[in-house]
Amino acid sequence: MTDIAAPIRAKRVLPGFTLSLGTVLLYMTVIVLLPVLALILKGAEIGPARFWDIITSARTLAALRLTITAALIATAINAVYGLLMAWVLTRYEFPGRRILDALIDVPFALPTAVAGLSLTALFSGNGWFGQLLEPLGISVTYTIWGVALAMSFTSIPFVVRTVQPVLEDLDPAYEQAARTLGASEFTIFRRVVFPQILPAYLAGCTIALARSLGEFGAVVFIAGNLPFKTEIAALLAFIRLEEYDYQGAAAIALVLLFFALILLFVSNRLQARAMRFKER
Amino acid sequence: MSDASLITPDARPGRPRKFRAATAEAAPARLALIGIALTGVAILILAPLATVFAEALADGWAAALASLTKPDARSAIQLTLLITAIALPLNAAFGVAAAWLITKFDFRGKAFLITLIDLPFSVSPVVAGLCIVLLFGANSLIGGWLVAHGLPIVFAIPGIVLATVFVTFPFVARELIPVMIEQGRTEEEVALTLGASGWRVFWTVTLPNIRWALLYGALLCTARAMGEFGAVAVVSGKIRGKTATMPITIEMLYNEYLSVAAFSMAAALTALALITLTLKTALELRHADQLAAIRRH
Repeated sequence: MTDIAAPIRAKRVLPGFTLSLGTVLLYMTVIVLLPVLALILKGAEIGPARFWDIITSARTLAALRLTITAALIATAINAVYGLLMAWVLTRYEFPGRRILDALIDVPFALPTAVAGLSLTALFSGNGWFGQLLEPLGISVTYTIWGVALAMSFTSIPFVVRTVQPVLEDLDPAYEQAARTLGASEFTIFRRVVFPQILPAYLAGCTIALARSLGEFGAVVFIAGNLPFKTEIAALLAFIRLEEYDYQGAAAIALVLLFFALILLFVSNRLQARAMRFKER
Repeated sequence: MSDASLITPDARPGRPRKFRAATAEAAPARLALIGIALTGVAILILAPLATVFAEALADGWAAALASLTKPDARSAIQLTLLITAIALPLNAAFGVAAAWLITKFDFRGKAFLITLIDLPFSVSPVVAGLCIVLLFGANSLIGGWLVAHGLPIVFAIPGIVLATVFVTFPFVARELIPVMIEQGRTEEEVALTLGASGWRVFWTVTLPNIRWALLYGALLCTARAMGEFGAVAVVSGKIRGKTATMPITIEMLYNEYLSVAAFSMAAALTALALITLTLKTALELRHADQLAAIRRH
C-alpha cells in the first residue's frame, strides 16, 4: 500500500462501526465489566489488613495450597500427554484417528458436573478402576490425586488444540534438511520441531493451568471437600458466600481472579508470539 | 550412509502423501506412542462416558426413564433448555457484532478487547457467579432496587441466564474472528461500491461466507450453556422445581444418594453433549474449507 491508499484505509469504508462497537461495549459492560467491578469494589471495601487476615487464615491457605499444587500436577500431566496426543494426531495415520481426534473434545463438551460424577464413580472403591487401585493402596477419590485428575480431565483439550494446528502447519523442509544433515529423529524433534511449537505449547499449558486453578464442577464431586485437606479455593469462596460472609468470599475470589488475569495475559502474549513465528 | 536412507518414506516419488508425516520414527516408537494415546483416551475419556450410562441403567431402562419423568426432573430439563434458548441467540448476536468490529475496523484497544473476550476461559466459574451475586444480589445497590420493583436477578432465572452468558459468550466470537480475518474486507467493499446497503452487504455477502463457522460456534456455545455448573450453582439458590438446572439437579440427587436418578440425568446431558460433538465433527468434515481458518489461528 502506498501513500495514496493510506488515507482511504484510515477512513472507515465499511458501515456498522458505531453499531457493532455499541453492541459489544454494552454487552461486555453488563455481562463482564460491571460484575467484575462489583467484586473489585467489594474487595476495596474490606481494607488491606482484613484482606490479609482472610487470605492468610489457615483454612484459606490450605485451600490455596491444594488448588495450586493439584493444578500444577494436572498441568504437568497434560503437558506430557497433550503434546503426545497432538503429535500422534498430526503425524501418524492409523485406523480410528478421526474418532480419536473427535474424542479429544469430549471433556470440553461434557458438563463438568457429569465429568466429576463419572470420575468419582470410576475411581471410588467399588468403581471399575477403584477396585483395581484400592488393593494396591492407591486411593484417588477424596485425595489430591482425585482433584488433579478432575482438573486434568477438563483442561486437556486446551493443550492439544493449541499445539495441533501449529504442528500441522510446520514446513517439512526444515526437518528434511536436518535429516539430510544426519540428525537423529530425537535430535530433529528437540532442535527443529520443538522450538517452533514452543510458544503455542506454552500458551496451551498456561491456559490449561488457568482452567485447572478455577475448575469447580468436576472437582467438588471427586474431592470429598474436607476443610484443610481436599477443599479447593473456589469451593471455599462458595462456602463463604453461602455463610453470607461476602467479604471472605470476595477476598478469595479476588485472589483467583488475579491468577486468572495474569495467566490469561501470559497466554495471549505467547499466542501472539506463536502467530508471529508462523508468519515468518 | 546409503542414499535410500536419506529419503523419508513419504518423500518417495510416485507414492501419494497420505498424511503430513515428515518424521520417520522407527515403527516400534510409532506404535508405542499410538498405544499410549489410545490407552489414555480409553481410560480417561471412554471409560467415564461408559460409566455414566452403565450407572444410569443399573436398575434397568424403566427406572432410568421413570427418574427422568418425575416433575422435578422435567422442570430441570425444561429450565436448562430455556436458559440455553435465551443465552444462545444473545451470544450469537454478540459474537457476530464482535467479529464484525474486530475484523472490519482498525481502532485503538483492539488487542485489549480480544484479550477481554478470552476472559471466561481463565476465570473460575465460581468467581463469575460471585461477581453477579455481588452486583445484582438483594444486598447490592442495583439488586436491591430491582428486587423492590419485583425483578429479582439472583436466585431467579435472569441470574442463571447472566451466569450462563458470562461463561459462554466467547465461543461464537472466537470461531468467527479467524474466519473473517482470512476472508478480508474486499468482498464487502465491492458490494458497497456496487450500491448495496450495509445490512444487505451483511446478509448477502458476509453471512453466507461465515454461516458454517457461526453454526460451529453456536454448537460449542450450546454444549457449554447446557452443562454450566459452577457459575449457575452460585446464583441459582438451588430451588427445586424453580431454579435447579440439569447439572444442579445432578448434584442434588447425588448428595441424596439417589444414584440412578443422578446418573440418568447425567446420561441425558451426556447424550446431548455427544450429539453436539457429532454435529460438530460432521461440520468439520463437510465444510473443512470454511472452518480451516479456525484451526489455523
